[in-house]
Amino acid sequence: MPGQSVGAVQPQRAHFDQPLHLRSGGVLPAYDLVYETYGTLNAAKSNAILVCHALSGHHHVAGHYADQPDNIGWWDNIVGPGRPLDTDKFFIVGLNNLGGCHGSTGPSSLNPATGKPWGADFPIVAVNDWVHAQARLADLLGIDSWAAVMGGSLGGMQALRWSITFPERVRNAIVIAAAPKLSAQNIAFNDVARQAILTDPDFHGGHYYEHNTRPVRGLRLARMLGHITYLSDDQMGEKFGRELRNSAFSFGYGVEFEVESYLRYQGDKFAGYFDANTYLLMTKALDYFDPSREDDGNLTATMARTQANFLIASFTTDWRFTPARSKEIVAALLANGRNVSYAEIDLNFGHDSFLMEDAHYHGVVDAYLRNIKL
Amino acid sequence: MTHTLGRPDFEVIAGWVEPGHRVLDLGCGDGTLLKHLIETRGVHGVGVEIDDANILAAIKNGINIIQGNLERGLDEFADQAFDHVVLSRTLQTVRHTEGILREMLRVGREAVVSFPNFAYWKNLRSVLDGRMPVSEDLPYQWYDSPNVRFFTLLDFEALCEQMGLIIRERHVLDEDGNIVHNTDNREINFLGSLAVYRLTQNR
Repeated sequence: MPGQSVGAVQPQRAHFDQPLHLRSGGVLPAYDLVYETYGTLNAAKSNAILVCHALSGHHHVAGHYADQPDNIGWWDNIVGPGRPLDTDKFFIVGLNNLGGCHGSTGPSSLNPATGKPWGADFPIVAVNDWVHAQARLADLLGIDSWAAVMGGSLGGMQALRWSITFPERVRNAIVIAAAPKLSAQNIAFNDVARQAILTDPDFHGGHYYEHNTRPVRGLRLARMLGHITYLSDDQMGEKFGRELRNSAFSFGYGVEFEVESYLRYQGDKFAGYFDANTYLLMTKALDYFDPSREDDGNLTATMARTQANFLIASFTTDWRFTPARSKEIVAALLANGRNVSYAEIDLNFGHDSFLMEDAHYHGVVDAYLRNIKL
Repeated sequence: MTHTLGRPDFEVIAGWVEPGHRVLDLGCGDGTLLKHLIETRGVHGVGVEIDDANILAAIKNGINIIQGNLERGLDEFADQAFDHVVLSRTLQTVRHTEGILREMLRVGREAVVSFPNFAYWKNLRSVLDGRMPVSEDLPYQWYDSPNVRFFTLLDFEALCEQMGLIIRERHVLDEDGNIVHNTDNREINFLGSLAVYRLTQNR
């Protein structure tokens, strides 16, 4: 791996007392955001990059914790000295979004009104609500405008939303493996995942914390389904094919094919630490995302409000958010004469490609970021 | 005569472009022409490329570049979004010749097309001598050439007429990049190694 890791890092916590009015009409009277930063904010405060996380991500983007050397950030391969998000040049900020389950205020936090966990009473937050909360974190850090806001998948949607909501605060938006809104098929997958959680007897209408239980079975199924959509058919074929764990069929319903073993492992692992209410909330944020709704579905009119320069990237084997979906964004930007570059990257890892280390993919992001004037 | 960046057709194209114009360069390579037009003519430029290495090089050059396949059209570009749409030494590599010419004049007011002239006398002599031509403007061996269409200046003009395209200007260059001053079409077809056209259509 070229470049170096940022090494040992520490999470920080910020408390916000100013109520946040949400798109749903709800209000969060106060909230906490946990975040991490890497590199140094320059005197002009012009070198900050916000990295937004996707469905299951969090604030621990890069590096490791001193007491947990194996707990490595989810996008460590792109952040560090000599890496595309070069901490010798940039000040990188990652945070856990509102509604998350990694320390920021979310459904598992205590509701000050009741003294009990919010559970199902936690208001649904939209992508634009995240952007507003992130803007307050930027205010706290003294960052008037980001050198870049970037992310993959749902993270890319936040970068896009930033460029529309706060055009004067985003100089570059890097939108990877995203879409301007979900398709019916995307929403359908999300709903099956939600149904798995909502119908788990341990869900208790979202108030499972009070019953000292968790809807582990539903969450596990939701993750298994989601995981299939993150991978490409080719990649699954190469990785697992029809390999059996034992050489013969057992004519039963236990784990037989390697792919079953893999998916169950992924489901178990995820259900072990992730919060089901957060999963529900994140999938709804995805489903509701559609900035063009403010312009009767005319994305070109929406993107007219942007001022940033854009790098849009997609992956050839991503069938969740195909290259065609990224090109919808590109077309809307071109129609407005915005500075935009678009790379369609040939990687075999489906939607998950955006997390992979690949010389060409990282080269494109690196080249784009190196041309940013601070 | 010294030529900009070793590409004499670039100078001709730069002469047709006005400051502030919007220019789309199809098959723009590493963005050298666009960079030149941005720096010398102050245009707003966008390039289209299929090749990964060129995408990376163009981003390094600070060029707006869109990865795409010209054979599949220019769907991401709106009608009449550009003043000039350039196809420099690329038409001979495109299968859907009429399709790309129509798309160029859909998204742009003017099309600028340059291509190697197969009827250039040295090329013809090479064929008469029994070998496919290799020259400054046709720099490939037959077995590694990206070119899939072999045509002459007069062939191209016949196609333009058939398609109802209007030739606004034509510059024909010899192998050294010097302009061939000749008005006889048959002679110029023998003397020109590279042809550069400025096309429009009635709307």
